[in-house]
Amino acid sequence: MSNAKDVTDASFSTDVLSADKPVIVDFWAEWCGPCRKLGPILDEISVEYSEKVDVVKVNVDDNPAIAAEYGITSIPAVYLFQGGEVKSTVIGAKPKQFFEKEFSDVLS
Amino acid sequence: MTIEDKTASDVRDVIIVGSGPAGYTAAVYTARADLKPLLLAGSVTAGGELMNTTDVENYPGFPEGIMGPDLMENFEKQAARFGTEIQFEDVTALELEGPIKTVTIATGETFKAKAVILSTGSAYRELGLPNEKRLSGHGASWCATCDGFFFKDQDIAVIGGGDSAMEEALFLTKFAKSVTVVHRRDTLKASKIMADRALANEKIRFIWNTTVDDVLGTEKVTGLRLKNLLDGTESELDVTGVFVAIGNDPRTELVKNVLALTPEGTIAVEGRSSKTSLPGVFAAGDVVDPTYRQAITASGSGCVAAIDVEHYLTDLPA
Repeated sequence: MSNAKDVTDASFSTDVLSADKPVIVDFWAEWCGPCRKLGPILDEISVEYSEKVDVVKVNVDDNPAIAAEYGITSIPAVYLFQGGEVKSTVIGAKPKQFFEKEFSDVLS
Repeated sequence: MTIEDKTASDVRDVIIVGSGPAGYTAAVYTARADLKPLLLAGSVTAGGELMNTTDVENYPGFPEGIMGPDLMENFEKQAARFGTEIQFEDVTALELEGPIKTVTIATGETFKAKAVILSTGSAYRELGLPNEKRLSGHGASWCATCDGFFFKDQDIAVIGGGDSAMEEALFLTKFAKSVTVVHRRDTLKASKIMADRALANEKIRFIWNTTVDDVLGTEKVTGLRLKNLLDGTESELDVTGVFVAIGNDPRTELVKNVLALTPEGTIAVEGRSSKTSLPGVFAAGDVVDPTYRQAITASGSGCVAAIDVEHYLTDLPA
């Protein structure tokens, strides 16, 4: 189960930058093995912490503009946005507990 | 029911930690020996190093080659077929002394077993430069298959001279304008077939006898500062990406204070066996192997560990 919705180059501004809640953005692609491992973990976070954050996914293959804007050259890359600004970033697939610690400001 | 009764009923025969070729092979063998293994596969590291590779051409039995992630999926299916219980959890603590071993996972849950097989593999070695860490995700990378896409028509560098470095360099030529391999020696450690392919590739050039002194760039990687090891001269190489493939370090964090290690940092095992310095604790795969580090050698040592566990359990006093 997941509450994570797909965000595009076109909807990024509305869904992420202008969102009321903090937003965890997962930059990923089909051909990236570690991204496929990470997906279900972020899905869990999206359900468990749905009151506190939105979790969204950006497919970098289909939406290269946003990835380029943030200078992303490694995926999976997970960015935490709050009030339109990047608050924290995690590069590479990490266990759920790692995100809970890294994003504890907004998740706890 | 007394406490001892409850404990006894909760104690498994064997727990396997790690899910690369060694862990899954140990699972296949112990499952077929009816030891009902529990395999703790890791959450994001499941499948091990082959999950980040593309074509595996040297695993026997696949004459046309096989993709690394497909091979690991096959391993998983084969282990599951004989009744291995696979949990995609990360082990956070191990108590290995005494006849009953306790394994703790990240949720805090614990499992007990008479024997443990450690097949935790190895992790990418970093250059160890402060700017490498700072620019990680902005030009500095360890996974060509993940990140090559971001370097279309750009000049990039690969650091290292082994098979992994050559595989990364060759893969990256699909995207990059040029790939410069920086290697600290004057010959490649890679297998001849991989070295020949890389040397023959028009997009790949080599800088020999050279190490990376610094990764340059403020927001993203713009270049490398190189040092020639023969004459000490420094130079800069303009690249927008750097892929580090200088080897791996065995993952021994959880056991390094309780198990004997070798001078190379791998878990020490007795002779050709998988027996560690503690009874009932066995180790297999890259975590015991500073030399060969192949999928097939890891598989072979996983099989050895499974058979060692069978013998160990048989010889335990009833």
